[in-house]
Amino acid sequence: MTLVELTDVSKHYGTVRALEGVSLEVHPGEITCVLGDNGAGKSTLIKIVAGLHQHDGGTLSIEGEETTLSSPREALDRGIATVYQDLAVVPLMPVWRNFFLGSEPRRGKGPFKRLDIDFMRETTRAELLRMGIDLRDVDQPIGTLSGGERQCVAIARAVHFGAKVLVLDEPTAALGVKQSGVVLKYVAAARDAGLGVVLITHNPHHAYLVGDRFVLLRRGTMVGNYTRDEITLDELTKQMAGGADLDALVHELQRS
Amino acid sequence: MSATVERTVDERILQTSPLRKLLSRPELGSIVGALAVFAVFGFAADGFLRAASLSTVLYASSTIGIMAVPVALLMIGGEFDLSAGVLVTSSALISSMFSYQMTANTWVGVGVSLLATLAIGAFNGFVLTRTKLPSFIVTLGTFLMLTGMNLGFTKLIDGTVSTKTIADMEGFPSAHAVFASTLTLGGVDIKVTILWWLGLVALASWVLLRTRAGNWIFAVGGNQDAARAVGVPVARTKIGLYMGVAFGAWISGQHLLFSFDAVQSGEGVGNELIYIIAAVIGGCLITGGYGSAVGSAVGALLFGMTSKGIVFAEWNPDWFKFFLGAMLLLATLLNHWVRKRAEATK
Repeated sequence: MTLVELTDVSKHYGTVRALEGVSLEVHPGEITCVLGDNGAGKSTLIKIVAGLHQHDGGTLSIEGEETTLSSPREALDRGIATVYQDLAVVPLMPVWRNFFLGSEPRRGKGPFKRLDIDFMRETTRAELLRMGIDLRDVDQPIGTLSGGERQCVAIARAVHFGAKVLVLDEPTAALGVKQSGVVLKYVAAARDAGLGVVLITHNPHHAYLVGDRFVLLRRGTMVGNYTRDEITLDELTKQMAGGADLDALVHELQRS
Repeated sequence: MSATVERTVDERILQTSPLRKLLSRPELGSIVGALAVFAVFGFAADGFLRAASLSTVLYASSTIGIMAVPVALLMIGGEFDLSAGVLVTSSALISSMFSYQMTANTWVGVGVSLLATLAIGAFNGFVLTRTKLPSFIVTLGTFLMLTGMNLGFTKLIDGTVSTKTIADMEGFPSAHAVFASTLTLGGVDIKVTILWWLGLVALASWVLLRTRAGNWIFAVGGNQDAARAVGVPVARTKIGLYMGVAFGAWISGQHLLFSFDAVQSGEGVGNELIYIIAAVIGGCLITGGYGSAVGSAVGALLFGMTSKGIVFAEWNPDWFKFFLGAMLLLATLLNHWVRKRAEATK
């Protein structure tokens, strides 16, 4: 079954064509990578799937049902969780408070309703452990975690709250090589948990490590849509860098 | 091999953990400061350590502390309230004038005052969240308007700058007992405001640390956009915090009214800064997202000890403000240093 399917989707901002004729599929237990250089339309695509913007043309189907997402809340309610690059965490608050922020479990009655702190601590630790993160202390402020770890907490959070589709906006962009590897490991863990993942990136090497499907964007249009067995890393890198443009560049830079 | 690495890391954390936990408490700076000030006056002022003197100190602290608690919560939520000082006077004036003019039971005035004061707090929060103006500007506006209204209405209705006495009105004795009485415990006089103060500190600590609302308060002060993105009702939380300040102002205002029987309409100006000072000394970050109710209580206690200690030590009280300013700077520096240390040793 297809969790999310975009067919021939387009989006215009006034006279600017931000996206034209883009199609992609997200299946449970699979990672769909969206690749493109800066300005290729990746952000516009993510905003349509996350419910921040609405598409003008084409169709967006969620679990086979054609729809338009009117708000981020609606996208969340339909199981689409988006983890943005500038992460939605409160740096000075402990990890476990951040993990449950906005959906805090409570116990007790009436005016004595209180946070179920033991449950929150335990669940945070367990959920992070399930993703392979062994946190020394869930009481530490989340701001003291590294960028990669914070990214992982955000992913674990989406998994815990029952997301079916996880949209990740450039999760490795600001990270070093080692940290990127760690994050990709958790992306794969989310996939193994049965989620459909949309991974936005401009790094073909990262994409090819985990991806099952690859959608290439350039200047707002789709220039390629492949499954893993249809394309090699070299070919992906070449297409990503602009194919013919790259050949020309190689030619230009060659020492005579 | 990786297991051994993990274990060594864990051992290191375990060793430093208790110290780090202590250091990362927001109240630490103020507690150290309070102990120091206590020691200074314990030596310098002869009568300072007598129970009666300490009771006076606690009373002075409680009058500040009752307001410092909700002001601290508001600061953790990332906002200021410059109208808090005069709001206390407004609350007392509304209560007194309503009872007198309507010749009603004083409790009716007290109830009307509660509703009106909460409405002013809600107004502050509503304007802030609707206009998205800085709280400094919004509450500076209400501060000036309330200052004017306090004087204007009192002169208009009573003809002078203070209200008429309500001491002979029905309900005065019981209201006096609730808001301004003195209890005697083991030969020591305890003002009832101290109980109100301790009750508020306990309630606020519980809300902050154990309820969903507390989680939201930290979140809206720490990162408002992130809080909104995960579904925290930011506007509702902030309006609630301003109403909390209004509730504190109502208690303080009723105390002001019932400890005497009339209210001076020009009172309260400048107190808003003292509440903020107590909260900041107690470890509240001026930028929001960090602090505690207990800290604000220690901040208020520091204030009470200094203001009364100077008198007991027979020093020149003109220097009080100097000490207060120096303490504010020192406590803030200490808090800042402690927090940096706590965050560095992750």
